[in-house]
Amino acid sequence: MPAPIRLRELIRTIRTARTQAEEREMIQKECAAIRSSFREEDNTYRCRNVAKLLYMHMLGYPAHFGQLECLKLIASQKFTDKRIGYLGAMLLLDERQDVHLLMTNCIKNDLNHSTQYVQGLALCTLGCMGSSEMCRDLAGEVEKLLKTSNSYLRKKAALCAVHVIRKVPELMEMFLPATKNLLSEKNHGVLHTSVVLLTEMCERSPDMLAHFRKLVPQLVRILKNLIMSGYSPEHDVSGISDPFLQVRILRLLRILGKNDDDSSEAMNDILAQVATNTETSKNVGNAILYETVLTIMDIKSESGLRVLAINILGRFLLNNDKNIRYVALTSLLKTVQTDHNAVQRHRSTIVDCLKDLDVSIKRRAMELSFALVNGNNIRGMMKELLYFLDSCDPEFKADCASGVFLAAEKYAPSKRWHIDTIMRVLTTAGSYVRDDSVPNLIQLITNSVEMHAYTVQRLYKALLDDISQQPLVQVASWCIGEYGDLLVSGQCEEEEPIQVTEDEVLDVLEGLLVSNLSTPVTRGYSLTAIMKLSTRFSSVNRIKKVVSIYGSSIDVELQQRAVEYNALFKKYDHMRSALLERMPIMEKTASNGPTEIVQTNGETDPSVVETKHPPPVTQSTNQATDLLDLLGGNDMVPVIQTSVPTKPASAGGELLDLLGDLSLSGGPAPTPAPSVPTSQPPFLLDGLSSQPLFNDIAAAGIPPMTAYNKNGLKIDFTFERANPNPNIAVITINASNSTEADMTDFVFQAAVPKTFQLQLLSPSSNVVPALNQGTVTQVIRVLNPQKQQLRMRIKLTYTHRASSIQDLAEVNNFPPQSWQ
Amino acid sequence: MIKAILIFNNHGKPRLSKFYEHFNEDIEQQIIRETFHLVSKRDENVCNFLEGGMLIGGSDYKLIYRHYATLYFVFCVDSSESELGILDLIQVFVETLDKCFENVCELDLIFHVDKVHHILAEMVMGGMVLETNMNEIITQVDLQNKMEKSELLLADKCSFA
Repeated sequence: MPAPIRLRELIRTIRTARTQAEEREMIQKECAAIRSSFREEDNTYRCRNVAKLLYMHMLGYPAHFGQLECLKLIASQKFTDKRIGYLGAMLLLDERQDVHLLMTNCIKNDLNHSTQYVQGLALCTLGCMGSSEMCRDLAGEVEKLLKTSNSYLRKKAALCAVHVIRKVPELMEMFLPATKNLLSEKNHGVLHTSVVLLTEMCERSPDMLAHFRKLVPQLVRILKNLIMSGYSPEHDVSGISDPFLQVRILRLLRILGKNDDDSSEAMNDILAQVATNTETSKNVGNAILYETVLTIMDIKSESGLRVLAINILGRFLLNNDKNIRYVALTSLLKTVQTDHNAVQRHRSTIVDCLKDLDVSIKRRAMELSFALVNGNNIRGMMKELLYFLDSCDPEFKADCASGVFLAAEKYAPSKRWHIDTIMRVLTTAGSYVRDDSVPNLIQLITNSVEMHAYTVQRLYKALLDDISQQPLVQVASWCIGEYGDLLVSGQCEEEEPIQVTEDEVLDVLEGLLVSNLSTPVTRGYSLTAIMKLSTRFSSVNRIKKVVSIYGSSIDVELQQRAVEYNALFKKYDHMRSALLERMPIMEKTASNGPTEIVQTNGETDPSVVETKHPPPVTQSTNQATDLLDLLGGNDMVPVIQTSVPTKPASAGGELLDLLGDLSLSGGPAPTPAPSVPTSQPPFLLDGLSSQPLFNDIAAAGIPPMTAYNKNGLKIDFTFERANPNPNIAVITINASNSTEADMTDFVFQAAVPKTFQLQLLSPSSNVVPALNQGTVTQVIRVLNPQKQQLRMRIKLTYTHRASSIQDLAEVNNFPPQSWQ
Repeated sequence: MIKAILIFNNHGKPRLSKFYEHFNEDIEQQIIRETFHLVSKRDENVCNFLEGGMLIGGSDYKLIYRHYATLYFVFCVDSSESELGILDLIQVFVETLDKCFENVCELDLIFHVDKVHHILAEMVMGGMVLETNMNEIITQVDLQNKMEKSELLLADKCSFA
């Protein structure tokens, strides 16, 4: 068989290939030749073949069949063979294959070889890819070599030890005695690797860290020698003596000095010296300065030194070299938390970096700018940042937009400014804004009550221009739904009011519904907005038509909404205005995370959170929430039981369906309501025994009380205990009207503190006849497991003499027997 | 720690690839391609630091590169290495190659890829910087090459005998 070709030949041949396929063919041919040559077990040419294999591996072709051959080469006596063998082992083998364990013995022998280069090869390979088993076996040998006087081997042994420690941290103690004399070496290579070893040990173990603190004076001395020694041709790099070693030592000093006053004290002088004496014209000087600055910032240095450090960073920022600027921005970002004021001084330079062409620098500058924003510079900074947002690459826009929102929220000087800023972000980077900022914005707008007219006007104008940016469209349609009446009324203090008719507004909203640019979520928003306008606008018919069209929409969400709204028009028209009322002010628990909104005092009803999809449920819940807000710390919802009294219990069932996930205890569930008002026929109590439980009242002995008496409306509470459960108090309210006009659309709502549970049954009617001709009765069941004092807040809504009246009252005068 | 050292030319052909952490072969090739893609897009006058690609892993890793004539020298490092220091290291590496090969050019790297590996092994070991003194490195490399040569001569003598 002809001698296998040399590596050089192979490379030359491969380079003549003109296409990938040709190259692949050549490689395959050569691989076959190599394979047969391996099978012949020919020692002379193995080295050559493996070298070729490694070359092919680099180009990306599979070469694992050469792994065993590498091992054979390592076992050979020739240096040439060993060299290629170890290289092959490092490139082809790794600890996941069992084959590598076969190397252990060879490496062990080679670590004790007479030739230092063979020992070096073995150390190198062990340090690169030694597995934990190998490291465990061979750690002793490495440790021995760490103490040798041969500097070439010593430095390699030090790095090998680092690898061993990384793989098997328990062996760290083993190397401790050998480190004693490491720093007294003259050879810079050994010094360098020793410092690396010490650094690794200190980073891994706080005990070691404490132990090595005593080395600080020695390190300081070495550093001093390096700086002061003058020109030394051996270690000179661009005029500075061994900058790599200086940087390493500075890094170790940083670790040793952190959180330790004594060590930091010892380092102060040398750090100041390095900072002032180092030449900055070349990159090496800057590398040292940079490391010095990082060290100064990390240890407990005195303030003068810190100011010096930040000034150096400031100088870096003005440097022409982009690398230096990048590095400076990175370190300023790290220090801005601790030395905020010092960094503020360089704010204008940082802001200029936003305009740099380099993407990496722009990103750093943006992060740093957000960190520097505070109450004083908010206006100026925001101008710059908004300008940046306009012109930056898309990859930045989402982060920038979120950053702007956060900063605006924290430091907005005025509500109008805040809303203007939001508008600007939405219109320029609207499609990059994160989805969860939409609810945040809605909440913000709701809470800035005086700005409603202005906001809705601006949003409307923005919608006229552009409906492609979904977050903008969603916020705008929500606002128009809420504040559409302000829009058409033409009142706006902040700017020139625009003249808009109801039809125009509805046109815009309907346009959103049909546009291809709108996502399903956006369509949901617009449909709900249109519905809300039915109580604010007069063109109800048009709205009815729109809503009924969507009752047969393919989109299930839209369809459901339309059907429910339709039902609202048809069967529950009297509830419509109450349900679609203005949103109350929402509270926030914490201003972190855009997902954390509206949690009103323990009210964890999920429907409250989803204010962006407000089916009527939310509206009604929010009204209850309103009530509960004021009481503070109440839970429990279903306080609204306004089933039309002409219908039997099943109507209440439908109401339940309509109100979706409103919990249940509101029962027009046909539970036997034990109250029987004497003067009114009990509509809801079909099929229920009408045993007058009034006897029980007397028996229980709880006196009735007047809960409310105002404007001619009087509400009395009578009590009894439900027999099976003594913790439940059953209260019957009797509402009577002493004025001359009827009170219609009467709705009674109640809320209790958290420890109670409330169940409100359906009222007997919603008309309180005038002149005490009749009463409206309703049963409340209160569960009081903790026997706490009963308190209740009630809300009354009714229409009297063509005006709608609402009132809130607190009932505190419950007789003690009702809750004991 | 240095995670990988890559040298490739202006068309993305790898001239040296050394990984100090284990990856599968195809992942290695993917990394080379991705790195080339990122680095070749860069303008001439931007900074030499790039946030690393997804494959080579995570937010802690940066690509530090230098462009010499037709070759890109890329070091992929984590935050424990000084960025400016690595730039200097690349410079030392290239100067060493220059001394070893007499005015090194791409062809030298192509035909003597094993020698480049040996030089690199004297500078970086296990992902950590071993020696930065150019003369020291060259001395050691020369001595080892001499050993190889003497072995070859010996082998030739024996085969004739």
